[in-house]
Amino acid sequence: MSLKVTDLAVHYRTTRGEVQALGGVTFAVADGEIMGLAGESGCGKTTLGKSLIRMDGRMRHVAGTVELDGKELPVHDSARMNPFRFKEVSVIPQYAMSALNPTRRIGRMTKELVESRGIRFETVRPELRRRIELVGLSADVLDRYPIELSGGMKQRMVMVLSTLLNPSLLIADEVTSALDVSTQRAVAETLVGFRDRLFVRSMIVITHDVSLVYQIADSILVMYAGKLAEKAPTDTIVDAPLHPYTRLLISSLPEVGVRFERQRLAGIPGSPPSLLDPPTGCRFRDRCPLAFDRCAEEPPFVDVERDHFVACWKAS
Amino acid sequence: MLSLRGVTKTYRVGSFGGRELTAVDDVSFDVAAGEVVSLIGESGSGKTTIGRLVLRLATAGGGRVTFDGTDVATLRGRRLKEYYRTTQGVFQDPFSSYNPIFRADRVFAMIRTEFFAGVSGSDWSSRIDTALAAVRLDPGQVLDKYPYQLSGGQLQRLLIARALLLDIRLLVADEIISMLDASTRIDVLNLLGDLKRRGLGILFITHDLSLGNYISDRTVILRRGAVVEMGATDRVFGNPLHPYTTALVSSVPRLHKKWAAVEAELRPSDRCVYHETHPRPGEQPALAEVEPDHFVACAGRC
Repeated sequence: MSLKVTDLAVHYRTTRGEVQALGGVTFAVADGEIMGLAGESGCGKTTLGKSLIRMDGRMRHVAGTVELDGKELPVHDSARMNPFRFKEVSVIPQYAMSALNPTRRIGRMTKELVESRGIRFETVRPELRRRIELVGLSADVLDRYPIELSGGMKQRMVMVLSTLLNPSLLIADEVTSALDVSTQRAVAETLVGFRDRLFVRSMIVITHDVSLVYQIADSILVMYAGKLAEKAPTDTIVDAPLHPYTRLLISSLPEVGVRFERQRLAGIPGSPPSLLDPPTGCRFRDRCPLAFDRCAEEPPFVDVERDHFVACWKAS
Repeated sequence: MLSLRGVTKTYRVGSFGGRELTAVDDVSFDVAAGEVVSLIGESGSGKTTIGRLVLRLATAGGGRVTFDGTDVATLRGRRLKEYYRTTQGVFQDPFSSYNPIFRADRVFAMIRTEFFAGVSGSDWSSRIDTALAAVRLDPGQVLDKYPYQLSGGQLQRLLIARALLLDIRLLVADEIISMLDASTRIDVLNLLGDLKRRGLGILFITHDLSLGNYISDRTVILRRGAVVEMGATDRVFGNPLHPYTTALVSSVPRLHKKWAAVEAELRPSDRCVYHETHPRPGEQPALAEVEPDHFVACAGRC
């Protein structure tokens, strides 16, 4: 078992109170698994990703534990997390294109980064060059400034940097959202290549685009309003989802071949609840066509069959 | 209704404007009433520039943009204002389309002072109610609110309602769906479909092929400012003929079908359909009509 998250709850401090962005989530990611983490904006997917590597100043760890390869990650203690970052857990941040220091040549920036972690640059330089060429860039990029690279090139450079020390877990947050379709595909397939070459052991790919994770992930975890809705192997989520939210979400996606004139798709009426003061019971209750009395009680996230977890009274 | 013929736009770039960048290169297409035309392209393809030319936010360097036969570049003063009664735009980021220190419905008040100064207060508020009903917004939920109190989908629909107050005939929708969430974006798309049925012509600018495919009647694929393929949407997507279109269609992430499977179906060929249709040199149109309402440009390898 590579990553095990138990009952993790994280809140944001705001002037109007605590936003319960992550309300107690329990799940596991296996060795070699690419897990897609999907949901709408504000569902807590980025908060979950950040909690596993670095909580910013507004985030407060409320409860729960994170275990990676049998060791507990001190996610609540930023200083004690430091030895794990980059080496054990690494991240490709949202807007990775602006993650490169514009005043440094990429090679020098990499050297400073690696040496700040107590590793001599010379020991990783050959592997760095090899991987840069592997993602389809030329090793000359090390002598260039970030401004000289296109968005897709910068994205691939950040991917190489983030995985240079072969972390056990990689968190990729919306890595393809700002890219054109053809570059998007190349970057997504590079992620799979990194897993296949064992540069990273397991991966969480955070995205709002279910069809993108369908292409590359082994399993998909769907979140709604700070809670887990459903986790299952990719094909099960897309072909036989059980949670009403997953079903409505999948059926609202326009696919190539579906035309307004012939088949009118429907959205999900209503909007997600405020997480400042979230409702009790199932958080999807107000928008759910199947809601009944029992939904006033919070449904547990339980397995209905092997590797298929759902939080819904009607499904389990 | 709207017609572009040989439209070209160049920008001066470089530190002293020493180089020229052709953003739009000899583009011709039409938008009829009650028709949605998608303008699809990757970043830098010139799709937004074309939208700006149609809205007269920029003027073309060559060619003509005409609306009901009138060249929009010649419009000045009162006639330009009349043009904006018929043609309006909605853009990508709803949050930056509003002034955050005023209430969101101020956009309606500005339409009233500019275009409908003679309309009485009660008549005006019933018009607002009609426009809000057309975009399926509840007046109680959106009026008298500040932009930060509304969701992106609500703000985007308010902007469409604002355009509808003017009895527009053409809407330029530039990436209006991109910033919306999956569960609300389909509602905005369906709204465009309903407006189309009421006779509105829509120029739908997007980089997302599946959205363009869902809503549009005709599709124009742009690459580096030039049209590579255009025609009826089911023909362009069902039978892509230009290698660039094929590459785009096979890179879109789909549900129910993996990339490898799509690629096996759409094997890119070395054919140049354009030159198979026009084998002889001499008089050469920019695009060859391969089947009715399906045009393709040279594959670029000839």
